[in-house]
Amino acid sequence: MKVILKFLKKVGFIILSLAVGLILWQAFTTYSDIPSFIFPTPFDVWEKFLSVARDGSLLFHTLVTLQEVLLGLTLGLGAATLTGYLLAKSRTVERVLSPYIVASQSIPIVAIAPLLVIWLGPGIFSKILTSALIVFFPVLVNTIVGIRSVPVELYELMRSLQANHWQRIIKLEIPAALPVFLGGLRIGATLAVIGAVVGEFVGADKGLGFLVNVGRGLYDTSLVFVSVFTLVILALGLYGSVVFLESRLLSWKKRE
Amino acid sequence: MNSVNNQQPLLEVKKLGVTYTDEKGSLQAINEISFSVEREQFICVVGPSGSGKSTLIRILSGLLAPTTGAVFLDGSEIKKPRQGVGIVFQKANLMPWRSVLRNITLPLEIKSVPIKEAESKARELIELVGLKGFEDWLPQDLSGGMLQRVAIARSLVQDPELLLLDEPFGALDALTREKMGAELLRIWRARKKTVIMITHDISEAVFLADRVLAISPQPGNLRLDLKVDLERPRHEEDRFTPEFVGLTQQLREAIE
Ligand SMILES: Nc1ncnc2c1ncn2[C@@H]1O[C@H](COP(=O)(O)OP(=O)(O)OP(=O)(O)O)[C@@H](O)[C@H]1O
Ligand SMILES: [Mg+2]
Repeated sequence: MKVILKFLKKVGFIILSLAVGLILWQAFTTYSDIPSFIFPTPFDVWEKFLSVARDGSLLFHTLVTLQEVLLGLTLGLGAATLTGYLLAKSRTVERVLSPYIVASQSIPIVAIAPLLVIWLGPGIFSKILTSALIVFFPVLVNTIVGIRSVPVELYELMRSLQANHWQRIIKLEIPAALPVFLGGLRIGATLAVIGAVVGEFVGADKGLGFLVNVGRGLYDTSLVFVSVFTLVILALGLYGSVVFLESRLLSWKKRE
Repeated sequence: MNSVNNQQPLLEVKKLGVTYTDEKGSLQAINEISFSVEREQFICVVGPSGSGKSTLIRILSGLLAPTTGAVFLDGSEIKKPRQGVGIVFQKANLMPWRSVLRNITLPLEIKSVPIKEAESKARELIELVGLKGFEDWLPQDLSGGMLQRVAIARSLVQDPELLLLDEPFGALDALTREKMGAELLRIWRARKKTVIMITHDISEAVFLADRVLAISPQPGNLRLDLKVDLERPRHEEDRFTPEFVGLTQQLREAIE
């Protein structure tokens, strides 16, 4: 009962805050002189939403972006976890790779995205790669920190119990590194959306980033709004999934 | 029972020397120690901080290789961690994400014992160490004394012949310490183990052991090998008998 009340209260606040936001937005558009093709009213955006939802184009572009994001996230995650594990385990690997990794971080993703589109074509692959690239670093760092944070005493324990490599990874390193790792994934999940959109901006003929570009070109700001909101929901959904995953996997950890 | 096997001491330490070497130089932790341990004996090792007690435990458990000399268990040289040796570390060293029950089943899981069987063994030991009802608790919710009980249960779950304890009660208050000592004696009698326990509490050593080894520091040298002929079961009041005090006096002098 208490839990339900608490939940309702939380949802109530969110609804309230959204309602206030909408009212302010509506008030702003009615009392200012800005024409609605420059700054649409909530109603315009709603109309636009209904029209693109009805003709199926919103779903189509959303699914394209979702696919890029999920594949990019998977790729980035996989590469970062493997590299991170190797880096955490071997000083030599760290010394060899870290200049490249640090250097790669100082290049903004928008600067390399055009190159990727040239190399991989305007199709889905260049978006997957921009998404993966942007996911890579935070997950990498957190994997390294996570693995390095595994207490030495527990390694000793595993050794004294004659655990083999796999048992050490599965029964010690993964669970011990998981909290920090999932923190990285949380950041990575939202970045993955940004990465895919950056890729779509540079050159694409589908996806939500492409839709934003189309709206901009046509001065269809309502379309831009609809696309941006969809992107926000996508990112929130992903973030929420990771938070959910955390709550399931890290239930042993006391919440402060 | 194998009679031939029983005539031979369970453990033989022959001219053991340990030198730690790293970039900063080398440090002789143990000079040259020889002793042997009969089956089902309860041995305590006392010595001031830095006298190489933990080092000795690491050698006996096979976690560390001797620099000189050798250690034999049941006639075969200890070169790496092996079956039949249970270890309790100074810190309880539990996995925070595993429940009491799961922490105790860990050694069996590593040996691929079916989980049902592992659990029933673990439950038996939980009862032995007096933690019934706490099976599903997490380490973070237990007191220091309870944590050490879990650690002791875990070290016993594979039914080892030799039990090594490195200052298991070092972090506990005096009263809990005495209680845990009595518990350990009870377990030792019930399970017929050979126990080697490190402590820097001389009175605790005399109270628990059949034999106390005193080590002097820097580098660790065996100063005194003292037989404790006090009758068992021993009681708290025995600590004030002239015999008891005499033994502690002898040990204190040996160490200083
Ligand atoms: N891994 C290591 N590398 C270098 N020196 C070490 C290492 N481990 C221990 N030593 C040194 O060896 C000596 C003995 O250490 P050890 O931990 O065995 O002592 P101890 O008797 O267990 O002490 P305490 O009662 O404080 O636990 C100390 O001087 C310590 O600094
Ligand atoms: Mg020590």
